[in-house]
Amino acid sequence: MDDDATILSLVEALKHREISAVQLVQNCFERIEQLDEKLHCFHETYPQRALEAAESIDGALEAGDEPGPLAGVPIALKDNIVTSFGHTTCSSRILEDFNGPYTSTAAQRLIDAGAIVIGKTNCDEFAMGSSTEHCAFGEVCNPWDLTRVPGGSSGGSAAAVAARMCPGALGSDTGGSIRQPASLCGVVGVKPSYGRVSRFGLVAFGSSLDQIGPLARCVKDAAWLLRIIAGPDRRDSTCADLAVPDYLNGIDQPPQNLRIGVPKQYLSDKNEPAVNEAVYSAIELYRDLGAEIVDIDLPLTDYGIATYYVIAPAEASSNLARYDGIRYGRRAHLEPGEDLYDLYAKSRAEGFGPEVKRRIMLGTYVLSAGYYDAYYKRALQVRRLIKQEFDAAFEKCHALLGPTSPTPAFEIGAKADPLSMYLCDVYTANTNIAGICGISIPAGFAEVNGKLLPIGLQIQCKAFDEATMFRVARMFEASTDFHTKRPPELATV
Amino acid sequence: MAERLSLDEVRHVAKLARLRLTNEELEQYRSQLSAVLEHIAKLNELDVAGVEPMAHPSDVTNRLDEDVVGESMPVEQLLAIAPAVEGQFLAVPKVLGEETGP
Repeated sequence: MDDDATILSLVEALKHREISAVQLVQNCFERIEQLDEKLHCFHETYPQRALEAAESIDGALEAGDEPGPLAGVPIALKDNIVTSFGHTTCSSRILEDFNGPYTSTAAQRLIDAGAIVIGKTNCDEFAMGSSTEHCAFGEVCNPWDLTRVPGGSSGGSAAAVAARMCPGALGSDTGGSIRQPASLCGVVGVKPSYGRVSRFGLVAFGSSLDQIGPLARCVKDAAWLLRIIAGPDRRDSTCADLAVPDYLNGIDQPPQNLRIGVPKQYLSDKNEPAVNEAVYSAIELYRDLGAEIVDIDLPLTDYGIATYYVIAPAEASSNLARYDGIRYGRRAHLEPGEDLYDLYAKSRAEGFGPEVKRRIMLGTYVLSAGYYDAYYKRALQVRRLIKQEFDAAFEKCHALLGPTSPTPAFEIGAKADPLSMYLCDVYTANTNIAGICGISIPAGFAEVNGKLLPIGLQIQCKAFDEATMFRVARMFEASTDFHTKRPPELATV
Repeated sequence: MAERLSLDEVRHVAKLARLRLTNEELEQYRSQLSAVLEHIAKLNELDVAGVEPMAHPSDVTNRLDEDVVGESMPVEQLLAIAPAVEGQFLAVPKVLGEETGP
């Protein structure tokens, strides 16, 4: 099996004993060994544990047992998804030595399905960022151009999948953190509807926005992973009590009388021209495939980042109050005469990086006395308006189409100004604000300085309509070959 | 909304957030947060009169479990990840009458 193999083909090959799980896991670790010094996708890997699990899966498969729908498939986890083995650091100094005492529901469901967790991937600290530069243990590089960022915050997961270190990974998405790195690395990334996947064991950032989702190299693989991790969980009361459909059932059939909405605000002239060209080509393709293209007006698109940067930091400042140096995580050394306040303030100052501090400050400010109504309450009101705008749009069409990111991958260090980084999520954040679902799929390349940089197409559907989202995404994928391209320079590294 | 933050305001927020920041950090956050707040001021362009705030995308409220005793995480396991313990307890600096702040 070559390392371009999809998850679904690996499942079949493993079942028919064309490859062993041990061999597959070894291949992944060889690839990581070969490339990760340059890319820095992984914070830690679990070779011994993974090989033992692979041996046990091979034994079960040899015996003709059914060890699950992902039996023997190597998967990477973003380092904010808690596991009872290894560390879960959130790429933060404050959790550098944290050994989770339990395993998250999503990771446990993968393991129960026979998947083999090979390691934890680097991310922006506490998932706050769009470039994976804000990682306490060093930035991740984009496999298409090592001088550029992979996007973020799930940059390690996206780059690992793009670089063929593993066929799939989990990330988390609070404002675009799965879709944007998927777009910049040329892979598929899914932000499920809010409540589709349990957040139990996902280290909390913005609790009303966060979702775990899959990254993979094709739509069907992503759909397969989502079906396995999704579904009700009594340990997360915000996890919806809804049955999860078999997304592969009918995934190759376009929805009947398909209407695709194109919000004019998504094709802003501020986008990189190559990005808009890719979206226009996609629109033409859908038209050729028989879809009706509907003009949509989403004037609140431009208010998404302002809304998001009140709500997400407000929730983050509350959630991150738990890092107090008392129960777990880093505790600062106190000098004589220093008290409990100093313990909190020093531990947090030493443990959090600059972006996390910035967002805690912003969140604390907007929630502080005298500002609550002006910022937080108003943002929640605009949030409702954004939700209503999407509801109205989905009365007119089945899916919304546009770019995932206004630009392809940018150079490391190019967005030192925080606001410019925040604006990377202009097309993704509203998905989380409204709780709907979205997917980014490879849709073209921009050629910059002789290098090809992937461009992602975002498809958004109404809450809990991932089935339609996958079918619409699959129509495009089945008619194009962008998703089969691999980063060129890796062959010679 | 949207006027530039004063250094005292930034210092006050850092205190509320339990973050000991250097003067350099305070200055930096003052200018960066002011810029972000200026962007956020965009929200004032919208008429939100009478709009019900939406704290959450989910309609679910208070899902209740059966009132039965379940399994708990072993105390030893939780103590094992604490930065400082004394016997079966987490060790902390004296609490009462001590916290004064900077």
